Amino acid sequence: MADLTTTGIERQTRARTEWLLVGLGVAALVAAPFFLYPIFLMKMLCFALFAAAFNLLLGYTGLLSFGHAAFFGGAAYFTAHAVKEWGWTPEFGVLLGVLGAAALGLVIGFFAIRRQGIYFAMITLALAQMFYFFCVQAPFTKGEDGIQGVPRGHLFGFIDLSVPLNMYFFVLGGFLIGVFAVWRIVHSPFGMILKSIRENENRATSLGYSVARYKLAAFVMSATLAGLAGAMKALVFQFATLTDVTWQMSGEVILMTLLGGIGTMLGPIVGAGLVVTLQNYLATSEFPVTVITGAIFMICVLLFRRGIVGEILARLSRGEGDAR
Amino acid sequence: MTMIFGIPIQAFLGQLLVGLINGSFYAMLSLGLAIIFGLLRVINFAHGAQYMLGAFVGYLLLAHLGIGYWPALILVPLLVGLSGMVIEKVALSRLYNVDPLYGLLFTFGLALVLEGAFRYFYGVSGQSYMPPPQLSGGTNLGFMFLPNYRGWVVVASLIICIGTWLLIEKTKLGAYLRAATENPTLVQAFGVNVPLLLTLTYGIGSALAGLAGIMAAPVYQVSPLMGSNLIIVVFAVVVVGGMGSILGAIVTGYMLGLAEGLTKVFYPEASNIVIFVIMAIVLLVRPAGLFGKDA
Repeated sequence: MADLTTTGIERQTRARTEWLLVGLGVAALVAAPFFLYPIFLMKMLCFALFAAAFNLLLGYTGLLSFGHAAFFGGAAYFTAHAVKEWGWTPEFGVLLGVLGAAALGLVIGFFAIRRQGIYFAMITLALAQMFYFFCVQAPFTKGEDGIQGVPRGHLFGFIDLSVPLNMYFFVLGGFLIGVFAVWRIVHSPFGMILKSIRENENRATSLGYSVARYKLAAFVMSATLAGLAGAMKALVFQFATLTDVTWQMSGEVILMTLLGGIGTMLGPIVGAGLVVTLQNYLATSEFPVTVITGAIFMICVLLFRRGIVGEILARLSRGEGDAR
Repeated sequence: MTMIFGIPIQAFLGQLLVGLINGSFYAMLSLGLAIIFGLLRVINFAHGAQYMLGAFVGYLLLAHLGIGYWPALILVPLLVGLSGMVIEKVALSRLYNVDPLYGLLFTFGLALVLEGAFRYFYGVSGQSYMPPPQLSGGTNLGFMFLPNYRGWVVVASLIICIGTWLLIEKTKLGAYLRAATENPTLVQAFGVNVPLLLTLTYGIGSALAGLAGIMAAPVYQVSPLMGSNLIIVVFAVVVVGGMGSILGAIVTGYMLGLAEGLTKVFYPEASNIVIFVIMAIVLLVRPAGLFGKDA
């Protein structure tokens, strides 16, 4: 019983801290474009949503996908193609990207959930690599050049997205919807079942849950939201290239989540912010970025597996526990 | 000209040979992965980087110290193996008590660092490494022209794979290794130094990757990126074979290399992805892999 109450209190403190931070965070995000370079902020938001979507799978279902770039980069291609070649408006372009990512997620997830743990990671990696080769050869992706010069267009036909602030609030809206969706999924009865699968898959099966179906559903949801992030990124930068479907991109989103804190709401967002900022600083220097990212990976895994937010939360709840 | 399935036999056999060469490397690499995974329960993502490291160490030994191919064939695996042992001792050994996924993530980070560093110093363009004079040139087999070095790679990789298999199945060290795979605690209780065994195993696995690297140096170009694309294919090979058996890893490696070569003959566009397609089919029909034990 004692255990139960402690976790109850822990959860309450966690929730309270998170809500306070969420309120402050949203206010800061609304104010941010007036102080900081909007493109940089939009990039951060896209990656933060990407990482939050990835965390839905790793943090709350316990599945490590090494192929999430396929959904992120795939959606970017679909959206870019629809907007540029077919002249679709941005909202339908993004919708197509999101649906495309969901369909990809359904196919890749269908195969991947047949194995567990480390095999799951390898299968997602291999299938995403297959999608990468498809993108290299398919004519609509324009190969090495990628789809360039994608117009941002007019949202709903009358909001001009080539105005940076309009674009920023469009991306911020998408980001908030996406992150809210993750929060809603995690805190629903469905999310509880996902967590039970993470904790003990056999037990969840013996309780009568069709584990495979739940895993696939979580996989598709994660892919869909990753697709939303990728679709928006294509409009922000006005191009879609092979970079976004490489395995390095899959690794990057893992790093963001790991660095911020696996299985925390805010962790992936913080992690994405840090990694994007770091890349921005290193982009101008001579130093190779992969060496730094690789080193952060190793340090995270060895020294703080809970990630930055995870460590802070753990310390906060420990501190309150002592005071009582 | 003799034709086979509507394709000149020379082209057919040529692609088959390329497939066999690729298969040799798949086999050697998946063998190392399987050995490491068997005992350490770690998927060594750095395997591709260690393969690249092997090729580069060979290249650097030649360029700076004038040490040629034959001594490098001994030196390179030793050096790469030793560096692997250091990494196991310093870092990997701390991760045995946590989720095996962390081992994968750690070695992934290691691969990024190694590749990034070599890319920084040597750029992305490949360096060429000449085959040793004894193996340069080729032999006319009557029905096709076989470059000697490639023939050597096929033969040597077979010897290495069979040798490693014998080491594990027939020697005392191999017996310890297999026992520790089954039940490490019990083996420790019998007085076997299991931590040392783990270090040694990772060393052997890395050494195999390094050896494959130096053997690959004259076939492919020595480039910082040579390992990263290969390792993903090798992962698919491992999924197809299942990691339960050493022999399975070897056989699957050759088989998939040949399948890739054949696809290049009949439908070149799909040659990049055929191994992944085979993986998907195997997952549908036999999720545990062709040689895997059911989980």
